[in-house]
Amino acid sequence: MADLTSEFVGIKSPNPFWLASAPPTDKEYNVRRAFEAGWGGVVWKTLGLDPHVVNVNGPRYGAVYGADRRLLGLNNIELITDRPLQTNLDEIKVVKRDYPDRAMIVSLMVPCEEEPWKFILPLVEDTGADGVELNFGCPHGMSERGMGSAVGQVPEYIEMVTRWVKANTRMPVIVKLTPNITDIRKPAEAAMKGGADAVSLINTINSITSVDLDLFAPEPTIDGKGAHGGYCGPAVKPIALNMVAEIARDPGLGQIPISGIGGITTWRDAAEFMALGAGNVQVCTAAMTYGFKIVQEMISGLSDYMDSKGLTSVDEIVGRAVPNVTDWQYLNLNYVAKAKINQDLCISCGRCFAACEDTSHQAIAMSEDRTFTVIDEECVACNLCVNVCPVEDCITMEAMTPGAVDPRTGKVVEPDYANWTTHPNNPAAKAAE
Amino acid sequence: MSSDAFTPGIVPGRMADEVYAERFSDLHPRLDDHEALVAADRCYFCHDAPCVTACPTDIDIPLFIRQIATGTPDAAAKTILSQNIMGGMCARVCPTEQLCEEACVREMAEGKPVLIGQLQRYATDHLQEQGIHPFSRAAVTGKSVAVVGAGPAGLSCAHRLAMLGHDVVVYDAAPKAGGLNEYGIATYKTVDGYAQSEVDWLLKIGGITIEYDKPLGGDMTLQSLRDAHDAVFLAIGLGGVNALEAEGADKDGVLDAVDFIADLRQAEDFAQVPVGRDVVVIGGGMTAVDAAVQAKLLGALNVTLVYRRGRDRMNASVFEQDLAASKGVRIVTHAVPRAVIGNGAVREIEFDYVDAAMQPTGQSLRLAADQVFRAIGQTLVGDGLPELDGRKIKVTGAGRTSMEGVWGGGDCAAGGDDLTVTAVAEGRDAAMDIHEALTGAA
Ligand SMILES: Cc1cc2nc3c(=O)[nH]c(=O)nc-3n(C[C@H](O)[C@H](O)[C@H](O)COP(=O)(O)OP(=O)(O)OC[C@H]3O[C@@H](n4cnc5c(N)ncnc54)[C@H](O)[C@@H]3O)c2cc1C
Ligand SMILES: Cc1cc2nc3c(=O)[nH]c(=O)nc-3n(C[C@H](O)[C@H](O)[C@H](O)COP(=O)(O)O)c2cc1C
Ligand code: SF4
Ligand code: SF4
Ligand code: SF4
Repeated sequence: MADLTSEFVGIKSPNPFWLASAPPTDKEYNVRRAFEAGWGGVVWKTLGLDPHVVNVNGPRYGAVYGADRRLLGLNNIELITDRPLQTNLDEIKVVKRDYPDRAMIVSLMVPCEEEPWKFILPLVEDTGADGVELNFGCPHGMSERGMGSAVGQVPEYIEMVTRWVKANTRMPVIVKLTPNITDIRKPAEAAMKGGADAVSLINTINSITSVDLDLFAPEPTIDGKGAHGGYCGPAVKPIALNMVAEIARDPGLGQIPISGIGGITTWRDAAEFMALGAGNVQVCTAAMTYGFKIVQEMISGLSDYMDSKGLTSVDEIVGRAVPNVTDWQYLNLNYVAKAKINQDLCISCGRCFAACEDTSHQAIAMSEDRTFTVIDEECVACNLCVNVCPVEDCITMEAMTPGAVDPRTGKVVEPDYANWTTHPNNPAAKAAE
Repeated sequence: MSSDAFTPGIVPGRMADEVYAERFSDLHPRLDDHEALVAADRCYFCHDAPCVTACPTDIDIPLFIRQIATGTPDAAAKTILSQNIMGGMCARVCPTEQLCEEACVREMAEGKPVLIGQLQRYATDHLQEQGIHPFSRAAVTGKSVAVVGAGPAGLSCAHRLAMLGHDVVVYDAAPKAGGLNEYGIATYKTVDGYAQSEVDWLLKIGGITIEYDKPLGGDMTLQSLRDAHDAVFLAIGLGGVNALEAEGADKDGVLDAVDFIADLRQAEDFAQVPVGRDVVVIGGGMTAVDAAVQAKLLGALNVTLVYRRGRDRMNASVFEQDLAASKGVRIVTHAVPRAVIGNGAVREIEFDYVDAAMQPTGQSLRLAADQVFRAIGQTLVGDGLPELDGRKIKVTGAGRTSMEGVWGGGDCAAGGDDLTVTAVAEGRDAAMDIHEALTGAA
């Protein structure tokens, strides 16, 4: 069993799996259960000033499903904590006292003035919490009141508030970013300038998950009306991964620590975030879907993976894939691959054929007896057949060896790397060095 | 209860009333909404799907399953019924394990096909229970077609012709329509009078008249039908039964399996149907299995099915064989009947064991028997029929017989398996051909 202990901006936890600020971390009862189940830390459900906010009394979630009603995406219109500030503070204090080895981060959202921050930070410090997370991400409800993503969408505000917070506490400060912007590097840069110790991302994405076709109203529907909510769960993982990578590979961002969030459901998802630069990860929807027990699979899975790779510390995973994230223009255009179908695994469903024939390059042949084979003369290696095949590893992409002739183009596969910047078809091409 | 499993002879009421009800209930209860969605989710929506190729009526299976998955079971039912008007019955009786489900790619992948038959039933039941008939007739053409036989082939043909605007008169020798759907299919495959309710539903198209108790032969000849109508479709099934060639085969208690099954299907109360204590069924097809299983369900103590060849040669599918075994039927293979023994009524039956070449091995088997069912095949009966091909009516193309203006399909016609679904397909295709012949429309 590999050593999974993690240290993120000086905060120690027995593993890199934290619960994100959300219903799983809403109160003492839940958090105790989470720690008993094995979670390394929590970011307590966002605190605000009294009088505390109220939630709707109708449905607050909407969902998108895959086959077998697997929850792929969740949307919510929940606000920050709807309990009195003191109640939360008291609970945080006793839980931290009882679980000193776990990370206890307190998420905060107060109005965009210095006074409220000056007021709330000492109260949080008094609980013994390990750090604070600034919620600049909540995209519904709170943003209408000038908080949450209304702050997160204006880099100047992020920088200003972060600076106030740093000036008023000794605790590490994590700034949680909203994905509802065009370029994630700008808010990250603002957080860094304001002195943030780390950023966490992503918060939820503006969304309407579905429309009730009898009521003609968005879901979840409250008395005939619906408001946009925040989207999370497996469906948002690709968006979150990209944003994490954008920050991680930007040299201007000084390798600011990242807590990765968004759709993490399995140990593998977590490892992917870490490989793209996240120092640890936070999970919300997966716990809301399956309960706290999933962390046991995350722990055993990451541990097995590290053992199989001979890694002894989670830090050895962090950022390992970052150097391999590049821009399109630098991809090797001399790399040529072809799809290959493993006939022993193929179940003859014909999906690859339909996909390639109707929407790709007519590069799959279908015989009378339903044998499917790739026509190398046509295959552009787009990967669509791999993506639609229901059998794992049945279709693979095989790289051609340099020196061989690509039957599609008739050209010899060159051994050397050459990208678009030097390509003859590129009007702006520079001569190869 | 005056009799029980041990009472010798052929007697009714071997079990308590409630046991009958339980034993003759639905073989596969209908999927509920949740089960249907889970089952539908497993379909891969294959290209040129092999399950469709395997369906004799070419139902667009991936499409109808997708329609179920997206919450429109009535649209799914229409997809099914537009290819196979008896899709409801076929969903219950098709040997799917030899047809669509055998071909399903998930059978190949995991040994667990998509539950195509049960999904089909889910959709068709959903529509039919609302009393919706989703088809309507084209403008009346003024042409009239005689259909002889109201089984699946005849009714399928009649429906398609009526839909195309022709008037159809169906003549049947029996007092009820449905053919073997009504008189032959095992009780537990079509419970709650489904055969008749399906016929009633089918007739909602309009333009079809059924003349009951009107056999072909006697007053009504093929010639008189040809004179009175613009075309004739023969769908009389196989009305005769092959004889048992064994000494003493005429003793009391030696019966046709199809008659036993028909009586059972028509029984108001299963407790009134008599059955032997020691039952022997001779044959290896669906009829043999159905007779054996139902004899067991009626409370027979010992039921043995005896087939002359190996299990792999049995016409009954592996599923049917397993069903029989699970109900307690003993299956004996490689044995041919030599003599029926008894004083007036059968008491025992003796078999010779044979090898693969059907040569006696010198060993024999003697079974106690107070009831013996012959299930060694049905035969075509009738005089003045069109030219035969072997023992069935010869057809070319979509059911054209040797007689001008006479088509044939279903079990009575040569070619194709003797299955409900095949009969439906042949009836439908003949209807299209008749339509073309009558109107010149392609
Ligand atoms: C016991 C048994 C169980 C079976 N189980 C299954 C099963 O589970 N699944 C399956 O797919 N198939 C099964 N089959 C086969 C299936 O029932 C037949 O293939 C199908 O019914 C054939 O349809 P048909 O319309 O050709 O003939 P039939 O269903 O036999 O209909 C013929 C009709 O013609 C009428 N008729 C006969 N002679 C005359 C005449 N001279 N004049 C007027 N009318 C006449 C009859 O009364 C009858 O209504 C079974 C068959 C039997 C015998
Ligand atoms: C019901 C709900 C309430 C949430 N409330 C908060 C919150 O109060 N503060 C916050 O920072 N994020 C909140 N989030 C966002 C999550 O912490 C997390 O960033 C997001 O759900 C993406 O992670 P996931 O895909 O693992 O769920 C909430 C999410 C959900 C589903
Ligand atoms: S990789 Fe693309 S072009 Fe090649 S066979 Fe697959 S789908 Fe067709
Ligand atoms: S999609 Fe995969 S399993 Fe289906 S036919 Fe193509 S290679 Fe075979
Ligand atoms: S073969 Fe199976 S998976 Fe494919 S379309 Fe037919 S039912 Fe669906």
